[in-house]
Amino acid sequence: MTVRAKHLIPGLLMLAAMGAAAVSTPPNPTQSEPSATAQPRIKQYQSPKSAQAEDEGERVFAQNCARCHTPPDGFSPRISGTILRHMRVRANLSEHDERVLLHFFNP
Amino acid sequence: MLLHYFSCHRARFLRILSLIVAGLVAQVSTPRANAQDTPLLSGGVGFFTNTPGGNTTYYPILEPLAAVPLGQHLLVESRAALLETYSPSQSGYDHSHFIGLSYLQGDYVGSSHLTVVAGSYLLPFGTYNERLSPIWIGNFEDGPLIQSLGLLSTGIGLGGELRGNAIARRKYSIDYTTWFSARSGNSQFNAERSFGGRSSLYLPDQRLEAGLSYDRSLQDTQENFYGAHVWWEPKDTNFRLRSEFARGHHAQGYWIEADYRASAFGGPDSFLGRFEPLFRMQQTFRRDTIVSDGLPLVNTQRADLGLDYNLPHNTRILTSYSRQFSSSGNENIWETGIVYRFLFPAWRGK
Repeated sequence: MTVRAKHLIPGLLMLAAMGAAAVSTPPNPTQSEPSATAQPRIKQYQSPKSAQAEDEGERVFAQNCARCHTPPDGFSPRISGTILRHMRVRANLSEHDERVLLHFFNP
Repeated sequence: MLLHYFSCHRARFLRILSLIVAGLVAQVSTPRANAQDTPLLSGGVGFFTNTPGGNTTYYPILEPLAAVPLGQHLLVESRAALLETYSPSQSGYDHSHFIGLSYLQGDYVGSSHLTVVAGSYLLPFGTYNERLSPIWIGNFEDGPLIQSLGLLSTGIGLGGELRGNAIARRKYSIDYTTWFSARSGNSQFNAERSFGGRSSLYLPDQRLEAGLSYDRSLQDTQENFYGAHVWWEPKDTNFRLRSEFARGHHAQGYWIEADYRASAFGGPDSFLGRFEPLFRMQQTFRRDTIVSDGLPLVNTQRADLGLDYNLPHNTRILTSYSRQFSSSGNENIWETGIVYRFLFPAWRGK
């Protein structure tokens, strides 16, 4: 019991410190975006509808795919549909999620 | 003997590969295949070292993954592992190799509420086996001590699986997975007769997930296994907290893992922003002296401190130091590794 307590307490302290550091970090607008999607997204004029779909895609990505893994640095747009099919199985994505993610990957 | 063993495995492996290639060919000849549904090859290649108690084992590993969409609703996917191990012995270093399929499954995606999986699949017990075991995803080089609990010796099932969202609302969702596996002694599809399931509640605003798992072995000594997991990944931070508990007839244990990607310091692509400190705490407890589950023979505590570095081009360096405490002796475990993740179409496009 002593041994457990001895090692649990420093562990929990470090956990709390890491948690506090993370929570106090100001939101970084770029951090939740996949740094590389199928095509690098060029920040230029987008219609409100298109921008909304992209935001929705980013949200779906953060809430589903990024739960387990960080985005890859980049991939061919030719496999974006296959990746989404795989994610539909793993993350139970709906057709709507698939559509907005496809738009997010290929704006 | 070893060569013969390898030859047998290689023959089976090649047969399975030929099936995958046949799938690829079928895909090529499917007129509806659209430009974004090209079959893909992905996976990880890594080189790891593991030094428990001063003895270093080296193991290069290749984990390829293939995914082939067929038509509008079908997907065939498979992952394999090719592993070489160089471990210290009295006469220097012993060398062994392993080639095996991690899974080979066909998926029929009906809707988000129902996907039917058939074939050889990763057992969806807890979170580690299905979600964190690929070498390009896991933060630590080795899995948690309780990894084998609930995985019924091999970690794969051979049969069918149903999965999907039971409820999906904007504020919460509940997903489920249920499966039945037949018994198989085939070396590539070794599985126990068993059934089980998992259900998780996810709160997207809080980025909080909590789930329960259960499975039961239906052969020889029938045993139940129970699991629970909680993941929390606060929004707009790069902090992740994952934890899992599992209980079997003869042992139980838990792990808690925290990781933080230091992107706040100059962005994710800065020198500092590529660092990822990690911490994992684990404990296992024996409930009796019957050892059939792969957990340590005595109660064990282990603290893992890690530091990963995310290089450009999908390459990652993993390092960790662990201190393990048990009545059979305390030990230090040092681990280092480098992993490259690849992801590309199965063939060149026009």
